[in-house]
Amino acid sequence: MSAETTLDQGHHLEHYDPEGSKTGMWLFLFTELLLFGGLFLIYAVYRSMDAEPFHHAAAELNRALGSINTVVLLTSSLTMVLSVNALQRGRAGRSLAMLGGTLLLACTFLVIKYFEWSAKYHHGIFPGSEHLHALPKGEGIFFNLYFMMTGLHGIHVVIGMIVMAVIAFRIRAGKVTTQRPGALEYVGLYWHLVDLIWVFLLPLFYLTN
Amino acid sequence: MNHATTMEHAPARHHVLPDGLFVLVWIGLLLLTGTTVGASVFFPGRIGIGVAMVVTPVKAALILMYFMHLKYEKVGYQVMFLVAVGILAIFMGLTFFDYLQR
Repeated sequence: MSAETTLDQGHHLEHYDPEGSKTGMWLFLFTELLLFGGLFLIYAVYRSMDAEPFHHAAAELNRALGSINTVVLLTSSLTMVLSVNALQRGRAGRSLAMLGGTLLLACTFLVIKYFEWSAKYHHGIFPGSEHLHALPKGEGIFFNLYFMMTGLHGIHVVIGMIVMAVIAFRIRAGKVTTQRPGALEYVGLYWHLVDLIWVFLLPLFYLTN
Repeated sequence: MNHATTMEHAPARHHVLPDGLFVLVWIGLLLLTGTTVGASVFFPGRIGIGVAMVVTPVKAALILMYFMHLKYEKVGYQVMFLVAVGILAIFMGLTFFDYLQR
């Protein structure tokens, strides 16, 4: 539809196809589902083969920190969606403030994660450590999956933050606007998926004992 | 002139949902998180895990439908999503079945 409009008004030849971009974003999100799905599958298979060490190892994780981080991410999803809403209503300032809030909450998430991982590290629990090798096989698998899955998730958080920062500058520069809010909408979709994956990580690692 | 062109491009029929709706969804998500965590603390074991297995997909559905707008998208997106999740389910189901039969 917008492609037609562009052709009609010959002086404005820039290609803009929000529907196509959104479809592309969703397709990318499906590949993300498959990526994490594979890891969830590994978790499910090993846990079904030998559940006891999984329960035992999960007791080592800090349930409170995992739960707090869930609240932090859910709240960051709210500020994200409010940021998109504000831009669509033409309130760029409020949109930027909400996006800034999302970035701040993302930072909070990573800081909490840092303390969590540091505590594990001090107990000799990290991938490839001697302590991990000495543990029963199932517990080692649990901790390796924990680092692999929360680590991959953490990388997604970092990438999301970088993209959000870029888009914040583009909103300020007037490139992402009420008329063309696509970029903000798509990073929003991505951010909600990152949140969605964490929603599944919480019970699998922190609430299993 | 240029301004008029930009207006043409505006996604005019785009749903802008009220902020309050998202705040409500967020409160719902927090309550559900509290339920899951609470169940795992007070009823560890089968009940706690059972509650998590029921509540977590509900939380996922809330995020997908409201935060990700899937409820308000064209049917095409909803079908695409179901196909993707269906493929994931087949892939996980068959692999799981294979392991259980060994």
